[in-house]
Amino acid sequence: MSRTALGMPGLRPGSGNLFAEEKFPSAARRELGNSQLRRNLKHATSTIRTKRLNVTGELPDWEELRDAGSALKTSVMARLPELLEAFEANVTARGGTVHWARDADEANRIIHELVKAEGVDEVVKVKSMATQEIGMNEYLEEHGIAAYETDLAELIVQLDHDKPSHILVPAIHKNRTEVRDIFLKEMPGVDPHLTDEPRRLAMAARAHLRAKFLTAKVAISGANFGIADSGTLSVVESEGNGRMCLTLPETLITVMGIEKLLPTFSDLEVFLQLLPRSSTGERMNPYTSLWTGVTEGDGPSTFHVILLDNGRTNALADEMGRSALHCIRCSACINVCPVYERTGGHAYGSTYPGPIGAILSPLMTGVEAEENGSLPYASSLCGACYDACPVKINIPDILVHLRGKDVDAHRGGLPSQLDVGLKAASWALSDGRRLGAVEKLLPLGRAAAGKDKKIKKLPGIAAGWTQSRDIPAPPSQSFRDWWAKEHKES
Amino acid sequence: MSTREHILAAVRTALQDAPAVPDIPRTYRQDGNLNAEERIDVLVDRLEDYKAGVTVVDEAAIPATIQGLLAGARSYVVPAGLDPAWLAWETEPSRVKYDGGGHGARSVTELDATDAVVTSSAVTVAESGTIILDGSPDQGRRAISLIPDHHICVVHSRDITQILPEALRRLDGTRPLTMISGPSATSDIELERVEGVHGPRRLDVIITKQSGKLPAS
Repeated sequence: MSRTALGMPGLRPGSGNLFAEEKFPSAARRELGNSQLRRNLKHATSTIRTKRLNVTGELPDWEELRDAGSALKTSVMARLPELLEAFEANVTARGGTVHWARDADEANRIIHELVKAEGVDEVVKVKSMATQEIGMNEYLEEHGIAAYETDLAELIVQLDHDKPSHILVPAIHKNRTEVRDIFLKEMPGVDPHLTDEPRRLAMAARAHLRAKFLTAKVAISGANFGIADSGTLSVVESEGNGRMCLTLPETLITVMGIEKLLPTFSDLEVFLQLLPRSSTGERMNPYTSLWTGVTEGDGPSTFHVILLDNGRTNALADEMGRSALHCIRCSACINVCPVYERTGGHAYGSTYPGPIGAILSPLMTGVEAEENGSLPYASSLCGACYDACPVKINIPDILVHLRGKDVDAHRGGLPSQLDVGLKAASWALSDGRRLGAVEKLLPLGRAAAGKDKKIKKLPGIAAGWTQSRDIPAPPSQSFRDWWAKEHKES
Repeated sequence: MSTREHILAAVRTALQDAPAVPDIPRTYRQDGNLNAEERIDVLVDRLEDYKAGVTVVDEAAIPATIQGLLAGARSYVVPAGLDPAWLAWETEPSRVKYDGGGHGARSVTELDATDAVVTSSAVTVAESGTIILDGSPDQGRRAISLIPDHHICVVHSRDITQILPEALRRLDGTRPLTMISGPSATSDIELERVEGVHGPRRLDVIITKQSGKLPAS
């Protein structure tokens, strides 16, 4: 993948699955052609929106929790060096080992070495955005190690050789019948009479993974929160696959982005209220696990945590954009986004789709990388994401800021059609006589519109506008002409 | 320069504008305002909403309630520190598998072949229906409350708080903690909630009323 050097020395852009490989508008156009996808997404996102509003509405102090969450995250970013050092010292003191990885490749190599050292060729996995971001499964597979996804949705995606399309519900683009068909085709030993009832499908996954859980020697997880002053880690989940992976294997490897820290254990009182209500729309998720290093006689006897940069310092260096790192991966912004609801997550290319992905991916990789400069435009700037965000990330402002960066990145060189067009408009609109002269051309537009009085195809970049809509024929007379005539007659 | 030094240097470079560290506005609720009976009512409502089984009984009725819930179990595991009086009714000692203490740790295979588990709990949050286990001797290590398919959990009313901040203040964050809000569930297929995936598919909660006057919140 191409990378472009960034402004600040010493920072390296993120790598792995953080890229739109195709411009968002063309990817979106393709995805929009899938009406089944749109039906699935509409159903799922409207369900979750209602649930979220119900459970956030019942807390009298929801807005106060959001304010505290936002301030805590701002404080974490400002204090990040000291918090990282404290976290490392505390994990080490409790029997864990801390590793540091600058990018996806470094993280994957560390994980591979650790797994190899245990002498196994398969691992069980808790759903984790960080491991998705670095492409860990693919890396391990190339090196002869099978990584089994144990979250139901991740399992569906893995069995289908597909990509996740949502950060919380990665198989949101599949409906029950599609899931049943995937299980029948790809799940070894599955009941051939499996129906598409969600309960039956969940039971099939339980049966499929049970033996894996009970025999796995190594598990790999992400982390929702890391507590700096104690070295405690936390995984928030629903199914119990997380508990299985965090408890039963002998070795646990956790991959955590450096921005996931919280200063103290008591700060969880804010985030464990904000996260479940914003993500699954539940008062609390079924299971939350917390562990600190190694506990004798309870859980893994070997524990490694990998602190992952992979472009986070790049995002942190952007004063306007750094608050994107406050994200707790709840997906509330995704579920309220009118663009996501229609295009789905695959159109964004990156592991992080939706409004948060449209800012996070270009911030981590640099707006010049691949087609990531097209992501900040994947929004109508309606602001629903900002309203829904539990830590109040001002996504619309950052989108506009990144559009500016994208425009700046393309300055210099030959003027584009847009540059020429805007120059011409500026020339014409800055002088009444010039505008009058241009308006004399209106009849030409009427002629082009023809009998049905619609222009169906504009040339050049203006074709983008007529791709999905017609332009009505221009009036036979401009407003200025009409005004002049009216006033002469009276 | 090590990778660690590189990353810490990169973080410092990124923060060269020295952003201010804000004060944290802790104006959200730190304490609840419900009395003990109201807290039990809220908790029961939440647990039923999660499709957990709920019984509210006097302390003295704990053993009989456990006995009833275990009627169909061929075997069950209990942490070594569980109150022995809770199992005083048991006439088939071979059904009981003690774990921890002098009994050693049961293998995962053995736990997988065990029908149920009985534990106590550390603290419970009424508003979200969250029961927290902290690995104390009456709760045991995490694996025993995870692998058997039926979890019977005793919650004392003195350990019920209304909201999460009150509960976290009572816990040692460095112990292995498991927060349980209903039986395992998934919403991964069309966001429709299905109870019972990898964790215990059946959760029964026994809430004890305290004898005598209930303390205020």
